[in-house]
Amino acid sequence: MELDPLILSRIQFAFVVSFHAIFPVFSIGLASFIALLEGLGYKTKNPVWITLSAFWTKVFAVVFGMGVVSGIVMSFQFGTNWSNFAQASANFLGPILSYEVLTAFFLEAAFLGVLLFGRDRVPPGAHLFSAIMVAIGTLISTFWILSANSWMQTPAGTEFRDGAFHILSWGEAIFNPSFKFRLMHMVLASFLTGSFVVAGVSAWYLLKGREVEANKKALSMCLWLLLFIAPAQAVVGDFHGLNTLEHQPMKVAAMEGHWETSTNVPLLLFAIPDQENQTNHFEIGIPSLASLILTHDFDGEILGLNEVPVEEQPPVAIVFWSFRIMVGLGMLMILFAITGLVLRKGGRLYKARWYLQGLRAMSVAPFLAVLTGWFVTETGRAPWLVYGMMTQAESVTPSLTGGMALFTLIGYILVYASIFTAGLYYLMRVLYVGLEGDGGHTEDEADRPARPLSAAHVQFEYDSEENSANPAKTANEGGQQ
Amino acid sequence: MEVFDLALIWAFIIGFGIIMYVLMDGFDLGIGILFPFAPAEEDRDTMMNSVAPVWDGNETWLVLGGAGLLAAFPMVYSIILPAMYIGVFLMLAGLIFRGVAFEFRFKARSSRYLWNWSFAGGSTIATFAQGAVVGAYIQGFNTVDGVYVGGALDWLTPFTVLTGLGTLAGYALLGSTWLILKTEGRLQDWAYSITTPLLITVLVVFGIISVWTPFVDPMVWDRWFSNLGIIWILPALTLLCAFQIWRSVRNRFEGMPFVATMGLFITTYLGLIVSRWPYVVPPNYTLWDAASAPEAQLFLLLGLLFVIPIILVYTAWTYWVFRGKVRAGEGYH
Repeated sequence: MELDPLILSRIQFAFVVSFHAIFPVFSIGLASFIALLEGLGYKTKNPVWITLSAFWTKVFAVVFGMGVVSGIVMSFQFGTNWSNFAQASANFLGPILSYEVLTAFFLEAAFLGVLLFGRDRVPPGAHLFSAIMVAIGTLISTFWILSANSWMQTPAGTEFRDGAFHILSWGEAIFNPSFKFRLMHMVLASFLTGSFVVAGVSAWYLLKGREVEANKKALSMCLWLLLFIAPAQAVVGDFHGLNTLEHQPMKVAAMEGHWETSTNVPLLLFAIPDQENQTNHFEIGIPSLASLILTHDFDGEILGLNEVPVEEQPPVAIVFWSFRIMVGLGMLMILFAITGLVLRKGGRLYKARWYLQGLRAMSVAPFLAVLTGWFVTETGRAPWLVYGMMTQAESVTPSLTGGMALFTLIGYILVYASIFTAGLYYLMRVLYVGLEGDGGHTEDEADRPARPLSAAHVQFEYDSEENSANPAKTANEGGQQ
Repeated sequence: MEVFDLALIWAFIIGFGIIMYVLMDGFDLGIGILFPFAPAEEDRDTMMNSVAPVWDGNETWLVLGGAGLLAAFPMVYSIILPAMYIGVFLMLAGLIFRGVAFEFRFKARSSRYLWNWSFAGGSTIATFAQGAVVGAYIQGFNTVDGVYVGGALDWLTPFTVLTGLGTLAGYALLGSTWLILKTEGRLQDWAYSITTPLLITVLVVFGIISVWTPFVDPMVWDRWFSNLGIIWILPALTLLCAFQIWRSVRNRFEGMPFVATMGLFITTYLGLIVSRWPYVVPPNYTLWDAASAPEAQLFLLLGLLFVIPIILVYTAWTYWVFRGKVRAGEGYH
């Protein structure tokens, strides 16, 4: 059997990107949360914020570290596996990715050192500043990487000549037609991820009765945030869909499982797309609703997949099902946010164990939603790499053999599987140790006796000791300033 | 646009980025290379803490090098990366294992030895691969019409193995002189004691490479033995730096060994550039052949000139925050 370097490179890139994506999507949301906690701690001098911040910073450090190392791989993969694409698109992607490094990565990396190790070395204001810089760095990074990806989806401001893309307008290329929708969708997804993970972990601590005061605060904050972000994400997603219909109609046709161009298109809740026969089996749908959603008109016409030959259609089943999983999870998130509000009004928010259990389970939902969302947008543009201009087949490295691509694919899977397993293990350990393992005061950590993790009365004792020790310390630091 | 030779400016910028990377990530990779030989486990904690707050920023220069190369000289990027395909994979795998070790090692208990190996092995493999890239660059690449046409392991030759080993010794030297600067007591004594042997190793390997290089490519021979006599100042300065390292270690100076080692790297690096100038993909393509479109080079240049000074300022600030000697118990872990 001949090994195909194109297929193997696609699998490899999809694997690396999917693995990488789950870390930044979490760390972007978490970085802003940590900056917020640091800000609250700085302003109110209430040590509970710093305790929370110190704890979540530990989680952040692990997640960020794994995001960085897996991200470095991607920046080299353009060259190793997609050198034709790299060469052709360098005039745009080179500067954009370089700007990401210059304006985001250096900022994150430099101030992360101070955020993690500098609490006792810099004044509180400088520490807060570092937390804010890290958070801003993650958002700037999102800006550039989404611009690069959006340009590949909806290329603008460029012309293709002499085997390379040339920029006619930087403004049009960077702020290309789908950019703002993708950027908002991604930033909201990151905040959703951060909020649901923090909410889920806090709920778990509350179920265990650990550090009740701090975790109630964290949970409450997240639920207020979710109440706004989750519905906003649905609205942004709708606008994004309309934009995709305009620029990438075949992607939308695949998302809807829609084969023939027609009006009064039903919204399919369930179907088994059959690309070979260009039809669906077992359709269950709501009449005319897809037309209404996409064109805001019951009689709206939507292009079908068979407008283009089969070889130019995206893999329909992947796009169709990924889209349904993403939207379903999004609906579930809105439901959880609203339920939270209802329980809060009834004063049962921290007592309803079923709800806290549900939140615990929901902490994986945003990751699944983000991954399936990326599957929709990335496989949905196949066979194009730069939509309408350059195909995946034209982009692959000419000297690459199937054997080489297979070797590194297996290599990356082994490397990532081992560090992912270890990373999850240590993350779980950080969560099990919990807030009391740190308390925001690292310098005397070594002097403390080891505590049994589940002995609640010990923690109460500890909490009071913490609260009495802390104001003195902050006052002292305030005096030094 | 004719007034400025943008490609030339970019060659200087990329050159600057690469030496920044080598000097900065060089010492923290060196810490990893020296890791297994440390006198005690407690010293390993200190070694890691000495670089933990800054290694991530150091490594960012590598990412800048990669992205900057794509932006300014896409031909270099799209020839050397496919040519070094397996080597690049090894380097990345090494950097991954090494990078996560910073976080995992302090959270591990019984499995800590695994992360010691992950840190040491990852640093060693990544360094060797980087040295091999230098060797492969001196060797040149098999290209047709701007596309790499060679095999997967063409880069792996006795010569590149030697440059890989030379880089290992060089980074280890950066690491040991960094430890002299940042530690005290037993660990510092140990760092002093290994610096001179490492220096001798570096000089021997560099010497063999220098003698060998002109035979690998006749153009290099021509460059050094033609009428450009002034370039011999570079090897002279290299030897002067080496002497300075030896002398300052003997006198137990704390800062000078590290500074002189950086000097050694800079002069060697300049010597390498002189050997190959202006070829960026030897033996066929010069920096002007490999350049991207002027509009792309200019667009990035404007931002870069503005942002790099800011980066240097806050990077310097973080080094200042973490100035002074490190001890084992420090850090947030």
